[in-house]
Amino acid sequence: MKKRQMYIRMVTASLLRRRSRMVIALLAIAIGATILSGLVTIYVDVPRQMGAQFRNYGANMIFTATEDVMSAESVESAISVIPESELVGAAPYRYETVRINDIAVMAAATRLDEVQKTSPFWDVSGDWPAGPGDIMIGKTVAQTYNLKAGSRLTCTYAPVSEGSSDTADPEAGEEDIVPDNYKDFTVSGILDTGGNEEDYVYMSIEDMEELTGEPATYDVCELSISATSDELNIIKDEITDSVEGVTARLVKKVTESETTVLSKLQALVLLVTVVVLALTMICVATTMTAVVAERRKEIGLRKALGASDSSIVYEFMGEGIVLGAVGGLLGAILGFIFAQAVSVNVFNSSITIMPLLTPVTIIVSVIVTAIACLIPVRSATDVDPALVLKGE
Amino acid sequence: MSLLELRNVSKIYGKLHALDHVNIKVEQGEWLAIMGPSGSGKSTMMNIIGALDKATEGEILLDGVDIAQKSAKELTDIRRDKIGLIFQQFHLVSYLTAVENVMLAQYYHSIPDEKEALEALERVGLSDRAKHYPSQLSGGEQQRVCVARALINYPEIILADEPTGNLDEANEEIVVELFRKLHEEGTTLVVVTHNPEVAEVAQRTVVLRNGKVDHEMINENFTGKIKHITLQ
Repeated sequence: MKKRQMYIRMVTASLLRRRSRMVIALLAIAIGATILSGLVTIYVDVPRQMGAQFRNYGANMIFTATEDVMSAESVESAISVIPESELVGAAPYRYETVRINDIAVMAAATRLDEVQKTSPFWDVSGDWPAGPGDIMIGKTVAQTYNLKAGSRLTCTYAPVSEGSSDTADPEAGEEDIVPDNYKDFTVSGILDTGGNEEDYVYMSIEDMEELTGEPATYDVCELSISATSDELNIIKDEITDSVEGVTARLVKKVTESETTVLSKLQALVLLVTVVVLALTMICVATTMTAVVAERRKEIGLRKALGASDSSIVYEFMGEGIVLGAVGGLLGAILGFIFAQAVSVNVFNSSITIMPLLTPVTIIVSVIVTAIACLIPVRSATDVDPALVLKGE
Repeated sequence: MSLLELRNVSKIYGKLHALDHVNIKVEQGEWLAIMGPSGSGKSTMMNIIGALDKATEGEILLDGVDIAQKSAKELTDIRRDKIGLIFQQFHLVSYLTAVENVMLAQYYHSIPDEKEALEALERVGLSDRAKHYPSQLSGGEQQRVCVARALINYPEIILADEPTGNLDEANEEIVVELFRKLHEEGTTLVVVTHNPEVAEVAQRTVVLRNGKVDHEMINENFTGKIKHITLQ
């Protein structure tokens, strides 16, 4: 038998011999490692999870025109700056005043499928517009005209004549009068948001182009992006600097509250982890102190046989490291299950596996156990063999 | 030159002189018994000779080297390389088998060698109990494992502190017989005992009283064999 084999035999036999006490230490380490592994997983994964939750509160970035309106091309090139994996939705809006029964109403033309992503909180009675001729109207508009889903209405749009500008010649006369445009719509649904959106009617961009007879330009574009506050700022600056005619802005009430909630949550997770690790350390130190006290005669014997202090430290540390490694491995597995359960119950989605976390958990557990063993092991080297071996 | 020589060795605890200017010589291959009543200084002397404790004053020459002035680390090296210890309470490691307990002394000394450890157990008549744990052995068997452990590194001197103190008569005889064999093989033995029957089988007996050497006795009819006193 080689020296190393004898060492391994001594360490394992000692651990197995004191099973009940070692199980307590192992459980303490495993629980500590579980909390560590679980909370670190949540700590890393929570921005993604919370980001997804915050996306339910609406757009976190908007594009506005640097001058007058934005062309479709400039909006598209601005959107292309945003990484595809981070873009949840982008809804460009064009606003025009139309008339329904000769009463002016604000009409918004947009990509309605994207609006469902940028404004998932919108409550629609009926259906979202699905094809040409479908229109969604705000609750206020519906009450004003006594309209329901399935009702039909006609929108009138008065094109701006070339001579209607301030610089036009007032003497131009009736030759400049342009006839109104009409388009019939079917109400697909009634929009209820509790906000200004209820005063608008919503149609597709194509329908607006048909109604106005003008190609699409946009007044504003709302975007929902799954990114941190810092990442959003980088994207915002890049778009403003690189895309002509588009100014990107962050919706601060969304991004700032997201950042605040995240930083507080992460601080809490960090605090709990530190407290749990400290408690683990105390529990392991207490157990190892009891083990050393229990084994004073054995330590005395080893010293009497010629064991140096470093040999004693090496043997006890060996036991601590085995406990730390086994507890760490258990904790890494249980931690993943714990994090998964938290994620599914709180965020309603599964967590991302982090392969590096298992070795990190084991190493941290071993380090924590080794630190916890330092004082008890130090006291083991103080054992006086002449005193403990004395027996009448 | 004597293998072991104590010159004016004293051990003082406060006002108590556990050993008071003791002078003893032990020759190479000698079997010496140390006797005395409780508190006479037997265990203190045993600890000092065994490099487990330091004398307050005096010289302790082991193989010509004064170990009285050595550091704790140097005393550890001396215990490991030159001394074999046998205890009254055996002090075997409970979670190691008999052969592993013998190998433990090898582990700290050099390299564990199972074959050699088994041979040592064979010398004490325990080759068939090598894989048993201490709890599965009788007191006598445990003490024989302790003897095998003390022998395994070929120490210059074997110190036995009340080696038969926890044994019945039959096992006492077995252990004394082992000592006789070791003595025949040239091993130097120092046996601390309060049992006159065990002391009588040694070549020479030193009697301590109040920390001083009271007197010495030479066993003129030395055979190394125990003679039990039969009560009438």
